[in-house]
Amino acid sequence: MWLFSLTAPPSAGYPLAAKNLLVKFFTIDVTRSGEPQLMRFLRVARKRKLPLGLLAVLALVTLAGCTSGNHPQSTLAPKGDYAEMVDGLFMTTVYLATFVFIVVEGALLWAIFRFRGKPTDPDPEQSHGNTLVEIIWTVVPAVVLAIVAVPTVKTIFATAKVPTSSPDGKAPLKVEVIGHQWWWEFRYPELGITTANELHVPVGRTIDLRMKSFDVIHSFWIPQFAGKRDVFPNRETRLWFTAKTAGAYPGACAEFCGLQHGRMDFYLMADTPEAFAAWQSNRMADTMLAATGMPKPPPKPDTTAAAGGAKTPGAAVIPAPAAAPLGVADAQIAEGMKLFQTKGCIGCHTSSAMTPMKGMVGPNLSGIGSRRMIAAGWLPNSDENLKRWLHDPQAVKKGVGMIIPPLTDVEVNALVAYLRTKR
Amino acid sequence: MATTVLEPTHAYASRRSVIVEWLTTVDHKKIGILYGASAFIFFLIGGLEALIIRTQLMKPDNTLVSPEMYNQLFTMHGTTMIFLAVMPLSAMFFNFFVPLLIGARDVAFPRLNAMSFWVFLLGGLFLNASFLLGAAPNGGWFGYAPLSSRQFAAGLNMDFWVIGLQILGIASLAAGVNFFTTILNMRAPGMTLMRMPMFVWTTLITQILVLLSFPVITVALIMLMADRTFGSSFFSWVGGGDPMLWQHLFWVFGHPEVYILILPAFGIISEILPVFSRKPLFGYSAMVFSSSFIAFLGFGVWSHHMFATGMGPLADSFFSLATMLIAIPTGVKIFNWIGTIWGGSLQLKTPFYFAVGFIAMFIIGGLSGVMHAVAPADLQQTDTYFVVAHFHYVLFGGSIFALTAGAYYWWPKMFGRLLDEGLGKVHFWLMLAGFNLTFFPMHFAGLLGMPRRIYTYPAGLGFELYNQMATAGAFLLGVSFLVFIWNVIKTWRSSERAPADPWGGATLEWAIPSPPQEFNFPTLITVHEKDPLWDMKRAAGVSRMPEPQLVSGKGIHMPGPSWWPLIVACGILIFFIGFMMKDPWAFPFRPVTILGFAITTFGIFKWAYEAPDAHAPQH
Repeated sequence: MWLFSLTAPPSAGYPLAAKNLLVKFFTIDVTRSGEPQLMRFLRVARKRKLPLGLLAVLALVTLAGCTSGNHPQSTLAPKGDYAEMVDGLFMTTVYLATFVFIVVEGALLWAIFRFRGKPTDPDPEQSHGNTLVEIIWTVVPAVVLAIVAVPTVKTIFATAKVPTSSPDGKAPLKVEVIGHQWWWEFRYPELGITTANELHVPVGRTIDLRMKSFDVIHSFWIPQFAGKRDVFPNRETRLWFTAKTAGAYPGACAEFCGLQHGRMDFYLMADTPEAFAAWQSNRMADTMLAATGMPKPPPKPDTTAAAGGAKTPGAAVIPAPAAAPLGVADAQIAEGMKLFQTKGCIGCHTSSAMTPMKGMVGPNLSGIGSRRMIAAGWLPNSDENLKRWLHDPQAVKKGVGMIIPPLTDVEVNALVAYLRTKR
Repeated sequence: MATTVLEPTHAYASRRSVIVEWLTTVDHKKIGILYGASAFIFFLIGGLEALIIRTQLMKPDNTLVSPEMYNQLFTMHGTTMIFLAVMPLSAMFFNFFVPLLIGARDVAFPRLNAMSFWVFLLGGLFLNASFLLGAAPNGGWFGYAPLSSRQFAAGLNMDFWVIGLQILGIASLAAGVNFFTTILNMRAPGMTLMRMPMFVWTTLITQILVLLSFPVITVALIMLMADRTFGSSFFSWVGGGDPMLWQHLFWVFGHPEVYILILPAFGIISEILPVFSRKPLFGYSAMVFSSSFIAFLGFGVWSHHMFATGMGPLADSFFSLATMLIAIPTGVKIFNWIGTIWGGSLQLKTPFYFAVGFIAMFIIGGLSGVMHAVAPADLQQTDTYFVVAHFHYVLFGGSIFALTAGAYYWWPKMFGRLLDEGLGKVHFWLMLAGFNLTFFPMHFAGLLGMPRRIYTYPAGLGFELYNQMATAGAFLLGVSFLVFIWNVIKTWRSSERAPADPWGGATLEWAIPSPPQEFNFPTLITVHEKDPLWDMKRAAGVSRMPEPQLVSGKGIHMPGPSWWPLIVACGILIFFIGFMMKDPWAFPFRPVTILGFAITTFGIFKWAYEAPDAHAPQH
């Protein structure tokens, strides 16, 4: 009569023997009407739609939401080796937890259903416990945990060590990450490049991040590539990942870092090796332009990709646009450049990617014209938003460190036109 | 005519004496009610903060509250719910019921008990007063250095936090000493440790945790105050300190604090389930040892809050495994609760609903807890809404469900009135639905990459749906507590009175009238068994004991009322307010600090020499 009786039936005595318990576990309990208890439980559960229906709706909505729709910052869709390892481990815990959840919540619901009583019922068997059962339900969870513990420790060690070589056969690319209140600075010591809020990496190359903070503790996080790693003002932390597919992936600061913690995002730009080389040579071109004070020529549709760093056109090529007659737009750009130098911008910003010591207080503006976002990875880089920002950065992102004198619309337009040339 | 003239005067006089009575009381039951009432108001304030937070996050790029306001709201929500709601709500039950459950007439140090309450209340008011200055704490309830340093938090905001928590720490430590002593020294004859009700056990273990972990946070707070006010550099790397030191100190306190919040809940559930299953707690000694083991392990897992700091694979592995280990005794507890229900004759009353709700929700929180123990996976989950979901499943689904269960269970004993069953069940279903609608979607928001503590989020990351669900659920939760308040008002107005033992209780508090007389027990009861009242009923061969009568307390000596606990508490508050003044060089001459110190010292002196029988026995 008892499915899995923890309280011995009157005849069995106390405590139960192991054999007795096992027999009872597999015996199907039958109600007085002859209907198995389990069937009755399911029938009544069907009748009581409210709580179960609620759970079902909740489960459906969440499932639907997770499998469809656009979730570019999801931890559940890894795009790199590190995140894949973690995701596999996480899914193991999800399956085990779901199993335990069903068993334990099922036992609880079943018990409530099965043992409902009336105030007039006689007292039930006064069981105080059962040592054997206690041992079983201490050992079983221990075994389940061991199943989780082994891959956990393995993955901890596997992810802790930065690989010495990339899948593409080259040495990992070193990138220095510096967290600031509230933006991200990225330096490529081997390439001599500094940039901000957009981390360009070549697909297939392992990235070896060495991270620090300029002020308070931040946490560097690109969910589709790796777990979080805090950055500290007084010590270096390490993280690595390898991007597998090209694309733009959002990242965020994950450690509360003050007023604008919610607006300290960035983008990981996983480029094909060709696109990365192009980006790299653009940074060099920017540097030349910043040095010679010439606006950049309109982008040419060919060559740079194949050219790479070594074959970048030198100073001989740069004067070309200057020789061309200046149109209205060019005059505006020239005006913008002048404003950039005279209105105090260069006190904090530089548009030169390769002279990192200059203007390092604010984000490096090399390539600002073609970045997806401004104001640290969250505000779309439209002319309109850029103008709003230049008019009053405090109104767009309160508390930000940028101080700018009041500018007229004409001046703002000129600055935007100039910044747009930095591609 | 004479009576009509006299009556208002009389009413005034009695109203005045009632206020004085509550201000000077040292009765553990009155102090318990004071704790409960204040904590419930703080709970509502914290809930209101949560509703504003949820409204702000309802849609992307919302501008309902400014970022500085948002940071204050989530800092105060966390601080309030932990220190001003859940801990003192547990303290309400410690105060009111531990002496009753162990068959004692009061706690070991009644005036210290009163002082604990007044320090707690003043500390809570002090923290919330910061809102009036527009300078509520804004650095998170964890106050990480260096964000909490003067350099990055110049305003009074974090001063309120650093000083408010020190004040609250005094209340907790004093209460810890008090209940530790009470439980070890004041049990009724025959009540051995292994015959104590589970709630008394978990209270004892909680006090041990308080006594061992609060000194750590106190030291850390003093160091932070020194950094902020006197220019030391414990946590500033510029002066040779280390911000990591703060994290270690904070979480050496912070993790045991989690068990300080949940162990009393475990105890309440362990009292309720046997009564409504009409059979004893399954595996009593396993429950005692698993609680103790959880508390012990609780001191060895603090760094699982710090996996993202990059401590290295060895430390990560150690803290991963230690954390997983905690799941074993926790599982044992859950299985034993189910074992208690199993084979019982379940009486489906409101307290039982909430107790079962507690188990069901706590299982979910426990499972996501194990997921966090998996360090590499935790690196994806930590500081996201997945963690927010997890700890609300253990703190709300756990502690608040259990405290609500306790409220419905013990309400008749505290106030002599039963809460309405129908409204109670409405409250339960609304709370269960609202709770899951609020917090279950947060798991998904977190896994989809939504960080915590962000005042808004951009559109296009797919967070909208989950946040809308959570916001709707939060308001449903709010409504469920309105139902509770309505229940309290309705039954308060009703003339119906509860019997001494409405549920068929197993423990000693049900043997005396509801509400109990000041001295609790006219004669001390000798205990022969666990579940002493059931033992007495069995011995008498009845299912209910006869209704106990109010008796004269002649000859029973009870401690008299005293003003000194309140005065000492005021002195402590003033002393600490002195540290809010910014100029460190004025320190030795700070009049406010000196005034506070003088009042405290004077109060303690007068307290120590107060005549023990200034107050004659009543009734």
